[in-house]
Amino acid sequence: MIFPAVWRALPGPIWVKALLMAVLLGAIVWSLFEFVFPWVSVEFGIQDQNIEQGQAP
Amino acid sequence: MTTLDERPPAHAAPPRQPAWAAAVGLLGELLIIAGAVLGLYVVWQLFYTDIAANSTQQAVVDSLDWVAPITTAADGGGVTVIPDDLKFGPDSAPVMEQPALATTFATMHVPRWGADYVKPVSEGVTRRDVLDTLGIGHYPGTGMPGSLGNFAISAHRTTYGKPFNKIADLQEGDPLIIETEQAWYVYRVTEWKIVKPSQVEVIAPVPDQPGVEPDGHYITLTTCHPMYSAAERWITHGTLEYWAPHEAGVPAELVEDAS
Repeated sequence: MIFPAVWRALPGPIWVKALLMAVLLGAIVWSLFEFVFPWVSVEFGIQDQNIEQGQAP
Repeated sequence: MTTLDERPPAHAAPPRQPAWAAAVGLLGELLIIAGAVLGLYVVWQLFYTDIAANSTQQAVVDSLDWVAPITTAADGGGVTVIPDDLKFGPDSAPVMEQPALATTFATMHVPRWGADYVKPVSEGVTRRDVLDTLGIGHYPGTGMPGSLGNFAISAHRTTYGKPFNKIADLQEGDPLIIETEQAWYVYRVTEWKIVKPSQVEVIAPVPDQPGVEPDGHYITLTTCHPMYSAAERWITHGTLEYWAPHEAGVPAELVEDAS
């Protein structure tokens, strides 16, 4: 499955694997926070405080 | 009986499973990931956007060298309060040109929301460029501060630094102070209401009367209502009481409420 496969794919002894896993998860969360979530929030109009205008989302 | 010796070594690949079991296992892992991502979205929306936007907005305010320093009771004696003879009526108010999109041209002080409340006001009301990052946005095409007409601004009520979080606390007569490089504009709250998002007449030059020639100097704040929803809009109107040259000092309203 996914998690065991990733674990096996990581090189090195256990502590290197754990470190790489933490870095990988951190990178995924960071890219979600910085790029994916802002895009989703705007694109799907989850929060909008403007009254409607031509150019407003 | 299974003995220790018969177990596969821990680093070996797991034993072969039937295809359906593998599919169920994969589905389970995908659901776990989906749940974690949804949970992260909530954390991002409720906490991270505030942290990120507050630091951006504070940096913007810090980068404007004309913004008056926050006045506290401790150093309140050191500031010059604008004398009455340097307060001018709305009709002579200087009006700046509308700047380019995402340009910060003013700051807003609202004593009701705390003596240290100061947020940048930038051009435009698109979320990516202005509201999600810079804070308060100005509806393009509406009046600029001090102009005959309606200075209409918008901001988040929750998340992204929530500049208009306490809009429901505003009472009639509360000062809304706009500071630009040239001048101070002191507006007073007159009324508020809750409207549908489609009611664009609230930012008309004369609020609620689209197509009518402007007859006064209005300010309009728009934000979402109820909190955490986009179903309706909270609208607060005000009118300009006076303006003063920026170098004349600091509006008394800012100092009084700071103590």
